[in-house]
Parts: sequence; structure tokens; C-alpha cells
Amino acid sequence: MIPPVEAPRGRGYRRPMAGWWRRNPYFFWYMVREVTAVGVAVYALVLLAGVVCLARGEPAWNGWLAAMRSPVSIALHLLLLAGMVCHAWSWFDIMPKTMPMLFVGGKRVEASTITRAGWVVAVVAAIALYVVARMLRP
Amino acid sequence: MTVEPRHIEIEVLRYRPGTDAEPVWQSFRVPFLDDTSVLEGLQAIKDDQDGSLSFRWSCRMAICGSCGMMIDGVPRLACHTFLREFFPGKVRVAPLDHLPIERDLVVSAEDFVRKLEGITPWLVPREARTLAQGEHLQTPRQLEQFRQYAGCINCMLCYAACPQYGLDPEFIGPGLMALIHRYNEDSRDGARAERMELINAEQGVWSCTAVGYCSVVCPKHVDPANAVNQNKVNGALDWVKQRVGLKGASK
Amino acid sequence: MTTLRLTPSRAPLLWLLFGAGGMLAALLGPMLVFITGIAVPLGWTLPPDLLSYPRALAFAQHWAGKAFLAAVIVLFAWHAAHRIFHSLHDLGIPTGIVTKVACYGGATLVTVVALVALVAVGF
Repeated sequence: MIPPVEAPRGRGYRRPMAGWWRRNPYFFWYMVREVTAVGVAVYALVLLAGVVCLARGEPAWNGWLAAMRSPVSIALHLLLLAGMVCHAWSWFDIMPKTMPMLFVGGKRVEASTITRAGWVVAVVAAIALYVVARMLRP
Repeated sequence: MTVEPRHIEIEVLRYRPGTDAEPVWQSFRVPFLDDTSVLEGLQAIKDDQDGSLSFRWSCRMAICGSCGMMIDGVPRLACHTFLREFFPGKVRVAPLDHLPIERDLVVSAEDFVRKLEGITPWLVPREARTLAQGEHLQTPRQLEQFRQYAGCINCMLCYAACPQYGLDPEFIGPGLMALIHRYNEDSRDGARAERMELINAEQGVWSCTAVGYCSVVCPKHVDPANAVNQNKVNGALDWVKQRVGLKGASK
Repeated sequence: MTTLRLTPSRAPLLWLLFGAGGMLAALLGPMLVFITGIAVPLGWTLPPDLLSYPRALAFAQHWAGKAFLAAVIVLFAWHAAHRIFHSLHDLGIPTGIVTKVACYGGATLVTVVALVALVAVGF
């Protein structure tokens, strides 16, 4: 972040920032969005654990599979699923903000259109992934 | 036949330097009609109850950008917000968040003005033109490309909305980043490469975490969040181009 | 003319990684969590032996499977590191060198371990 050098301090009373995200519902939902990154990190670590176990051989891999079948893991993954959906929702919501003005047929493309397009691609990708998983049977 | 005014409680965050150690809430009751704005409510307080209440205002029609305040915790223009919206509850009016309070509802615009001067906010012609060549010509599409970003009235509501500005006051901020973008997107302008230094600084787009509240509160629908986050892509591409040695990079 | 203090940022590369990881997580995250964490362990709509050792090994040994696993694990880690770093800053936690090392160092560690493991799995 910005190196800790004091901004020019003119006159005036400066109010503290502590608890800023609790003072407005918009900021609260922003923090919820940001916290979904913890879920993404946890899932990456779960997969990493899996790959490491896979590299260590069949007993280790079966241990990982067994852990994934535990009620704690199932509950965790239900939470992670909710987190991923929350991440995806907020991701496509903010995605139009990173894009320049788009015009189709002379008319400005609305942000909501871009968001919906993102969701369409996400649903298609999810279905494709599921279909590939089903096809991985012998 | 006259309409009997109703009365509403306006709670104002007062601060008198030298008198108050810290800001303190003070309640007033003002008469209001359906078309009475929060600004008019404050004027009624100043005229009839407490002449020491200090606040900025000018046009009363949401174009000068003077009367920005926190109204029930949301950055709004006082002339553009109506008391009827809050009745029968009370209205809490406070100075814009993240800016130092000079007195009562008056905040310091020093930082904003200093930064405005520092971003070279003017057209640098893409190519030298003689008077004989006449005006620059632009198609409606070319105008559309930057027009919304040129609508900024410097009201600073977006600075009050931006928690990153509140946490890091060195951030150039949403409104001025939108102004930088306004010039970059203008087909007449040729200083995009020079402005990249502002965009790609820590104090530029990289202080933004896409909260997006700035665009929600902007009374002129400038969409500063779009201006800043679009330039994350531009800045990142420029950063890559510079390191890979591709043409088109700045500096 | 006022000169502003500007610090060239190292953020762009991290932001690109954040964006790539975020996009991947948005597109594939939900279904991946469902498949690996719910469907296969419970045998719901997918066979519970989908991730049996021979199958999982074959997937990870194939270049496409390796690339997929590497992309998901590494990009998810860098996305999360960047966002968590900024969230700590948002919560008022000082974002000095220690926080940077914790977040981005963590992502680096995940990257190295993932790549080593994916090679160790064989070809």
C-alpha cells in the first residue's frame, strides 16, 4: 500500500476511520465480498493437500479422500460453495466497472448486460465441467 | 388557503474549533413542506434559531457542488435531498466523511484542490493546430466517449464515499481519477502517456479496491468507479508493455 | 503547478494475478467445490469412485490435468493473497513488510509446493 508518510496536515478535525465498514450496509456487503477470498484460499489449500497426497502415493491419497468424506469436510464444503457463489455474484457485479464503454449497434451496452453475460459464461462453464467429470468414468 | 407546515427534527454534528474538543450533536426542530430541502432546513435553523450554524451552499440546484453533506450517513447534496423523505423520523446531518472538519458542516477542500492542480487537468492537443485549420471536429460517438466523465461538479461526495481515501488520504481519489480519464478519453487530447504516471502510481488506481460506492453517490452519474477500474486494466497493460519492451508504453 | 508525490506501484502484476484467479474462481469455483467436496464424497449424481487413485493419478499425470490443477491452485492462491492483504489494510491492520510476506509469501509457498507436487506425481 502507500508508504506511511504523512499527508500534508492542514487545519481541521479528523474523524477516526475505525469501524467504518459497520456504518453503512453498502460497506458491510463490500467486506462480505472481500471475505470470500478466505474461502477461495481454503479451497486452494484443500486441493493442494490433495495433490501433495496424490504425489505421496495411494495410502496418502485415500487418506485425503476419507477426510473429504468426513461430516466436517462436507459441512466446510457447503460453506465454501456458498462462498464461491457469493464471490462469483460480486465478481460479475463489479466486472463492468473494469471495462471501457462498449457500443453495440450504436447503443451503449449497459453494465447489467455485461454482468448477465458473465453469468451465462459461468453457467456454461459449470455445466461443461460437470459433463467432463461425468465423462471421466471408464 | 395555506398548507400548515409539519415539523421535523434535524440533528446536526456541530464543531466549533476552540470551543468544542470534538464534534457534538445538536438537535433542532424546523417547519417543512413537501418541497423543503435539507439545505432549506439548515437555512431555517441559521435564520431563526442559531445564526452560528455554518455550512456551504450556493446554487440550490445540484450544479455548484457546494452543499455536500452526510445525510443519515449517506453522502448527498443538501439541496437535492428533501426533508419529507425522513419524516416522521429525524434527519442526521454531518459534514462529509473522510475530510477534515473546519467548522460545523464545513470541511476542508484543501487536499482536493491541491490534487486538482497536480493532475494537469487540461487538454494537451494531440497534434499542433493553427488557427487557420479551425476547430477540432468530433463525432457524437467521440463526444460520448468522455462526456459522462466531464459532468463532475467537484462536490466531493465520492471522496466521502470512498473508504480507501479515508484510510489513505494520499489517494488521488475517485473524482480526480475520473477527471484524468475524461482527458484521456477525449479524442482531441494527446497526453495519455504522460498521465500514465498518475494512473499507475500507488496513489493512483492502485489505492482503489473497487468498493464502488463513489459511483452510487455521484449526483451527476459520472461513474468514477468505472474510470478508475478501467484504468487498472490500462495501467496493468502499460506496466507489462514497459517490461516487455513493446511499443505504445509510456515513458 | 503543484507536484504530487507519486510512488510507482508494484501492484499491476499482482492485480493481473488477482484478476485471473478471481475470474477462474467465479467461473469454475462453485462447480469444483461441488464436485470435489460434496458430490463425489457423498456419491451424489457422480460416482464416489470418480476420484479413485488410478483415475486421479491419470488426471494429474496428463499434461492437461497438470495444467488445470496448477492453474486452479496457484491462481486461487494469488487471488486470495491479494484480496486478503487489502482486507487486512481495510480493517486497519498495518500493511507493512510482515503482512506482505505473510500474504504474498504464502501464495509463493503454495505455488512452489503445488508445482513440486505436480511434478512428483509423475508423467
